[in-house]
Amino acid sequence: MALRTLQVAPGFMRFMPKEYQDLVENGPFGRQVKLSDVGTFKEILEEHPMCEGCAMAFFIRLALMGLPNPEHTIMVGTAGCGRMALSQAAIPFVYGNYCDTNGVATGLKRGLAIRFPEQDKDVVVMAGDGGIADIGFSQVMHSWFRKEKFTTVMLDNEVYGNTGGQESGMTCRGTMVKMAPRGKQFDKIDMLGLARTAGVAYIARLTPANPSRVVSTIRKAVLVARKIGPSYVQVYTSCNIEYSIPADKVLDDARQVEKERYGYLEIVSEEAGAYLESVAAEGGEGR
Amino acid sequence: MDGAGNQRVVTPEYMFFEAPRTRSYITGSEAANEAVRRANVDIAIAYPITPQSETMQQVGELYGEGYLKDYYRAEDEVGAFSAISGASRTGVRCLTASSGPGLMRGLEVIASWPGHRLPLVFLIMCRAINAPLSIQPDNLELGYMLLTGNIVLHAENQQDFFDYTLAGFVISEKCEVTLPVAVAVDGFFVTHARGWVEMPSAELKLPGRDGYSEAVPMIDNENPPIRIARDAPIQKSNFISYQMHAAWQQEVHAAQERARPWVARYLDELIEVTNPEAETMIVASGSAVSQSREALRRAEEMGTKLGLIKIKSLRPFPREELRQACRNAKHIIVPEFNCAGWLNREVRATLYGCADLHIADGPRVFGGITMPTEMILEWACPGKQGR
Repeated sequence: MALRTLQVAPGFMRFMPKEYQDLVENGPFGRQVKLSDVGTFKEILEEHPMCEGCAMAFFIRLALMGLPNPEHTIMVGTAGCGRMALSQAAIPFVYGNYCDTNGVATGLKRGLAIRFPEQDKDVVVMAGDGGIADIGFSQVMHSWFRKEKFTTVMLDNEVYGNTGGQESGMTCRGTMVKMAPRGKQFDKIDMLGLARTAGVAYIARLTPANPSRVVSTIRKAVLVARKIGPSYVQVYTSCNIEYSIPADKVLDDARQVEKERYGYLEIVSEEAGAYLESVAAEGGEGR
Repeated sequence: MDGAGNQRVVTPEYMFFEAPRTRSYITGSEAANEAVRRANVDIAIAYPITPQSETMQQVGELYGEGYLKDYYRAEDEVGAFSAISGASRTGVRCLTASSGPGLMRGLEVIASWPGHRLPLVFLIMCRAINAPLSIQPDNLELGYMLLTGNIVLHAENQQDFFDYTLAGFVISEKCEVTLPVAVAVDGFFVTHARGWVEMPSAELKLPGRDGYSEAVPMIDNENPPIRIARDAPIQKSNFISYQMHAAWQQEVHAAQERARPWVARYLDELIEVTNPEAETMIVASGSAVSQSREALRRAEEMGTKLGLIKIKSLRPFPREELRQACRNAKHIIVPEFNCAGWLNREVRATLYGCADLHIADGPRVFGGITMPTEMILEWACPGKQGR
């Protein structure tokens, strides 16, 4: 049904840009695409204004491949680098105010549930470490306490990248960045532990170093949020500008950080685990 | 329980103008609640603050009885107003409410609703802001609301609070409007006091929201997403960004102007004039109108005829109506329940250069006390207050 929103009247199709025609004819809508299919389908996000070598842009591209039903998905973001890519993607993106991602997502999810009780509509928050753990902290935590059924993805570059490199709550202790002239004075906020305390049904930590794992993790997170409860994915996306990582070394950095302190971690509730097993048993990609 | 299932959908015209009404002696909070019962609201999001809490907890009971499809208590006002903005984007009928400090806390969100073109009703039960903390009725907060792009209606009494709330949903969702409607009353004086309210049967309800016929389509992945939220980032400094922001804000204010005929239709004009030929006119909104009515009665006993202009709609502001109503006036006073005199500024800006008259800089009370009729009389007829 939602695919109709992309289609134009047949007579007009030849006047549309090639890119758009490609999206209608070869987009990942209404079918399951795999990472190994890249190059054979039109991606939801291709062109974007992110910096050369940006790991966050790479992650977002992969994450969008992981959406189980992009034609029924709405993304929510806030100020920060991520929204510059997300606003270029071929699915609806809501960019509201500072701190409001998880409040807006709550309203979206509940409103859609009222109007479409028979159709799953997925809501995915994708925002930075500042947006999720600092200014948006209260709304994030309360959406988890309320067990709102949507996914929260933190693009953790451990700094306020878009405003020019200031300390965030997710910056590592001792790091010298703007607004931390003597190095950060306290530890990186343990959002994974807080998610667990709040009873989030599916929690994952990862880096973009393993692309197929990004795709499958996002898929699981969205599926769990659809049927079981809130899900949280925290991904190290670095900032090659503020942390002076050469553009061609960004994935090397991701691998090294993954090895040292950002290893793959999944915390899955019993109910969420059983649900993912059942999806996998039906031939889906729950596992 | 399925309260809404037992109701019959009627047109707004039937609900407002034709349906037989019966009188009840109820508080302002109850009046707003009765309006919500008949408004076919889908979702309400609440956060407690005095004096607003009573209405929104009653709305919670309506949810329990099946009149609403969803309802919850948010973490704070920013959370409530953000979430209601998300819900409104999906095309469901939305309600939230607050008072004084809660409104101020959520002002960033409130000021973004019009730009995102979000139909919803926002009830404001006015309460003092700033320090020292006070829960008393003082409506300074409405001065801030005037700049936000929201439609702002100011109810005088319990009857108005019922009528304006019900009308607010319809005005908000009109295609050429597509804006949030704030319905304000002075706290306690109206919310916690009883008055006679004439209401159509509780077995009637308005038609549901039709998001497909609004100026900016809802986001539901069933129709093309064209909200501003999807547009490319416009925050960078270039002429496209200036132009986009300017055009969008102009359109918000143009939409406010286009709300005029609907406000006039459902609120029976934007102003109400008593004694239009009087040389001294009182211009007031909210419960200052009720105090002014008593001043008119007392002045008449003393042989003086005062005029009264009740301002029902603060945004859109009744500029032409006010100029017409003041064409015979020589002296104008503007009683207000706040220290800043926001209505006084509106009146001065509207009448500047239009007539040869004197506009007094008051009277005002603040901190939450009611305005004594004597005070209005002192300002309206100096030396003749008849104590």
